[in-house]
Amino acid sequence: MNPRVGNHSQLSGYERSGGHAIPSRDALQFRDCYLTFPPKGGREVQAVAGLTLSVGDGEFVAIVGPSGCGKSTALRLVTGLLVPDRGEVTVLGTSPDQARRKRLGGVVFQDPALLPWRTVRENVGLPLEVAGVSRSNRSEPVDRAISQVGLSGFEDSLPDQLSGGMRQRCALARCLTSEPRFILMDEPFSAVDELTRDRLNIELLNVWARTRAAILFVTHSIEEAVFLADRVVVVSRRPARVVSEFPIPLVRPRPLSLKRDPETFNIVSRIRLALEEASR
Amino acid sequence: MIGEARIPDRPTSRTTIRRAFGRAIVSMVGLGAVLLAWEASVSLWSIPLYVLPAPTVIALQIERDWALLARHLQPTLLEAVGGFVIGNLIATGLAATFVYAPPLSRMLYPVAIGLRTIPIVAITPLLVVWLGNGYAPKIAIAALISFFPTLVNMSRGFASPSPDQLELMHALAASHWQVFRLVRWPASLPYLFASLKIAATSSVLGAIVAEWIGSDRGLGYLIVAATFEYRVARLWATIAVSTALALAAFLTVVAFERLAIPWRSEDHE
Repeated sequence: MNPRVGNHSQLSGYERSGGHAIPSRDALQFRDCYLTFPPKGGREVQAVAGLTLSVGDGEFVAIVGPSGCGKSTALRLVTGLLVPDRGEVTVLGTSPDQARRKRLGGVVFQDPALLPWRTVRENVGLPLEVAGVSRSNRSEPVDRAISQVGLSGFEDSLPDQLSGGMRQRCALARCLTSEPRFILMDEPFSAVDELTRDRLNIELLNVWARTRAAILFVTHSIEEAVFLADRVVVVSRRPARVVSEFPIPLVRPRPLSLKRDPETFNIVSRIRLALEEASR
Repeated sequence: MIGEARIPDRPTSRTTIRRAFGRAIVSMVGLGAVLLAWEASVSLWSIPLYVLPAPTVIALQIERDWALLARHLQPTLLEAVGGFVIGNLIATGLAATFVYAPPLSRMLYPVAIGLRTIPIVAITPLLVVWLGNGYAPKIAIAALISFFPTLVNMSRGFASPSPDQLELMHALAASHWQVFRLVRWPASLPYLFASLKIAATSSVLGAIVAEWIGSDRGLGYLIVAATFEYRVARLWATIAVSTALALAAFLTVVAFERLAIPWRSEDHE
């Protein structure tokens, strides 16, 4: 079956509530990126080769690929932690470094990376604190983000007192406080149990519907990718490049029952086939 | 910054106190048993005073010598605290610069280890020659002893934040100073207190050893003087006071640890 290349311009026409959307412009763009890591003892590793990918404004794109294929490297190209040897990454029309300094994006890793000595409220407020927002001006957006992810009542808890799912909610709330225009998520729910993951998926979609931020979501669960995304991108083994793209025509808002829907299952099977080919 | 990390309604706080109280009682029972066995052995085998005085004899001697002991306690306390503060400040500052200048760390670490391996007893006379016979050489010795464990521990402590935490700070466009203040410093506090607990007792011992070599006051001097005058009971009284001082220093650090890192104080025992 031939995967169609997603035309996402129709998906990026959403009105952002903030009104600062620039329709039909891409939030994130990788243009023919190459990156090779210098040899560490052994030979050098080519992580990314010819990666071309874009995420429209307000679009939800999921990347699936074999483990260790350089998906996380792709995200680090967006945060500016890594710089491509060749090719270009554009973030909201500017460079990754500029976008980072203007604090246009948010990140959520597999590890929530909470600071254990800070309460939920203090962890969630960290981005604003780093940005120099005063304590009194932090409280309102922080409380809003905490209630958005359903952590109200746990503001004064320490990370140690939270379950894995709650810690990941806290990490999500932390990335929401600065009202990001795009969010990078690196296997955020891979360490929680299946049922918690389902619930977090639903809540993520709710948050996304409210904020309309563009999301680039790395996962190794095809089911999760299909359930969440507007478009699923299959990436090859190292060095990573896009093998195929699948637009996901499922209705929105998506109820949890969609995960058991034959149509979903059908799409998942097609992507699994593509992924198997990519892993070969 | 650290004060912000409070535990408002930790359900375990009361049981924690009860458990700490229980532990304290167990420790007291252990100490009491040793003293009792000591007292019993001395009277049972009628061990002569110059070999081993009974605890009660030592206690009586402490009471009799109280003014003398208190007078000599003061300089030792001052030297120990001074050395403790100076040694730990320098070590912490150096460890912080090591984080941001790894080549410097590779260059200076061997020097630090070299300093560590010099026998204290050997360099004390030199320090007396260099710094005179006052407080300075004793403070220097106490500082030197405090310095090394803190340097090693804080080098590890400042490097202890996870790669994810550091990557997060990068993504948040945090400055070097913010990364240090908000992540590296609080993350290093458990390491700091681990070494402060070592330094608290060893700085007292360092001050006492330094006083042996050349001094006319302090508990170290009193130990030497009592030995030469064959005042065995006074020697033991001085030893007991020295031990109490070191223990008090240790417990002070533990108390501060509870205040500074409440999020760790439970799994830290």
